[in-house]
Amino acid sequence: MQTASEIVTAAREPERAPESAPARVNVPDRVWSGGLLLLGFAVLAVAAVIVAELVRIGGPAISHTGLIAFVRNSTWDVTRDVFGALPFIYGTLVTSAVALVLALPISVGLALFLTEMAPPSVRSIVSFPISLLAGIPSVVYGLWGLFVLVPLLRRPVEPLLAKTLGFLPLFRGPPIGLGYLAAGIVLAIMILPTITSIAIEVLQTVPGTLREAALALGATRWEAIRVSVVPYARAGIMGATMLGLGRALGETMAVTMVIGNSPTIRSSLFSPGYSLPAVIANEFAEASGDLHTGALAALALLLFAVTVLLNIAARLLVRMSRRGPTRVAA
Amino acid sequence: MKTLLAVSGLALGLAGAAVAEKLLINGAGATFPFPIYSKWFSEYNKLHADVQINYQSIGSGGGIKQITERTVDFGASDAPMTEDEMKKAPGVVHIPTVMGAVVIVYNLPAVTSLRLSPETLANIFLGKVQNWNDPAIVKENPGAKLPDSAIAVVHRSDGSGTTAVFTDYLAKVSPEWKSGPGAGKSVNWPVGLGGKGNEGVTGTVKQTEGGIGYVELAYANQNKLTMAELKNHDGKWVNASLDTVSAAAAKAEIPADYRVSITDAPGNEAYPISAFTYLLVYKDQPDAAKGNALVHFLWWAIHDGQKMAQALDYAPLPAPLVKKVEATLQSITVKGRAVLANRK
Repeated sequence: MQTASEIVTAAREPERAPESAPARVNVPDRVWSGGLLLLGFAVLAVAAVIVAELVRIGGPAISHTGLIAFVRNSTWDVTRDVFGALPFIYGTLVTSAVALVLALPISVGLALFLTEMAPPSVRSIVSFPISLLAGIPSVVYGLWGLFVLVPLLRRPVEPLLAKTLGFLPLFRGPPIGLGYLAAGIVLAIMILPTITSIAIEVLQTVPGTLREAALALGATRWEAIRVSVVPYARAGIMGATMLGLGRALGETMAVTMVIGNSPTIRSSLFSPGYSLPAVIANEFAEASGDLHTGALAALALLLFAVTVLLNIAARLLVRMSRRGPTRVAA
Repeated sequence: MKTLLAVSGLALGLAGAAVAEKLLINGAGATFPFPIYSKWFSEYNKLHADVQINYQSIGSGGGIKQITERTVDFGASDAPMTEDEMKKAPGVVHIPTVMGAVVIVYNLPAVTSLRLSPETLANIFLGKVQNWNDPAIVKENPGAKLPDSAIAVVHRSDGSGTTAVFTDYLAKVSPEWKSGPGAGKSVNWPVGLGGKGNEGVTGTVKQTEGGIGYVELAYANQNKLTMAELKNHDGKWVNASLDTVSAAAAKAEIPADYRVSITDAPGNEAYPISAFTYLLVYKDQPDAAKGNALVHFLWWAIHDGQKMAQALDYAPLPAPLVKKVEATLQSITVKGRAVLANRK
């Protein structure tokens, strides 16, 4: 997982790291760096132990079902030892995608407004509730979703969406309230502060000279933002988005309370679904037998894999976008 | 500063001594009986200040696991242990403590009482009866203002003893359910939404007009939910109440090890979706002091403890069953020696 500071530094130094001078080596330095190295490897070791343990517990279930069948089958029937993870993978990806689509424009817009346009007094007033949002426990989001958002979605939001956008398969079916859409909206609110606060930090690293240069060339404020600020910060904003995505993928409590918990695959966002973390949390405490426990561990492994893959993709994206217009702009 | 340290050290030492005199018994398991158990443990501690019982409500599955591994002094489970589980933990005995029930709650503002036969109930949860004015429901409820709206089925999403009891009942009354979703703590539901916990199911049913779901009787009572009347094994319509739940254990045939499902039990008064909850202890207790205290506590629980059950919405064990459990407790030995052999 990329850390916030890493993203910010990456944005601050788009060229390359300053070359380190050949340092004089002494003993305390050695010990210190050795100790730090050890700590660094400890983090990796913990991750490795987690994976190894998940493989150990989940192995029997995977070999019982077959890895490909486990990922591709869509039936989850514990009483008959049939385990297919596809509905959970689908639900995890769909809810996270909905969350990103909703949260990204708002967060980036908010960050741009606060760094580029808003007077300082407004900035502090607005950024306080944003950081407050980040501190709310996810179960509170879940309860709010269940008691406020879901009834609102049932009437009037979902019928309205069905009436206006019903030609898309995404917005069809009975308005139950609980489902992908509800989970996606709750997730969007949860990742909004993450993306916004990092995007603000990234935008603050954009050198003032860039803006001034654009303005001096006769650009309007909007053009200055579009041409000089955003391209410079693009990599960092991408990183912020990926951090938000990481949170959305792993969110458990809030999702399970509003997604409807039904292991099915439907194209409509109104339908109930299920997500990887939700099913693990729901069934683990009372898992019956080693095979069921194993299948849940295998789901955890799958979630781990999805997160790692998306992180790799994010890194590639960041690298690619850093090569592109960033250079030109900088 | 020094004196402060010395004083606090002394205080710690004293506290340590006081704790050491107490006998600590550890247990873990089912969440459903947790309210009554914690009441029992604190009341018992008032009577016997030297015995302190710790209980972690981690779920029935965890309770069985921990007693099998002997990491706790007693386990607790809503569902009796299976043959496989018994093989891994030879010498465990089941002690029924109280009874609970699963009730059907629904949300139809215009309908104040609803009757559901076993077949109709199974068909609703199978997704075969989809509308509230289906002829099957209308036939059982003449005169009720049943709306022409879809039935929204709500079930538990988390693995739970409640689901196990409910699906066990459905599998008994409906061959189609038995060959379809089957019975278990989590099953592959043909229709419906999943709510997490009793509160999740209740929340969804309350919000969804036309919703139907199942929750524990205690939970439904405390939250004043409208419950459906069910037809029992003898063909009588019964409401869920503590009396009708106790009645389910009165006529049911109960084997010596109590490992039995009493859903769909015979008896005029018997509520059909009732169940025991158990404490799991080893027949031969390895630790003299703990074993002694535990057996005495169990004796107290099935006698004096039963009087506290009703106030917390648990059904007490019927008297004939208490007699049977007495015999079981008398057969428990501590290092090969019976403790309660002469107790009456």
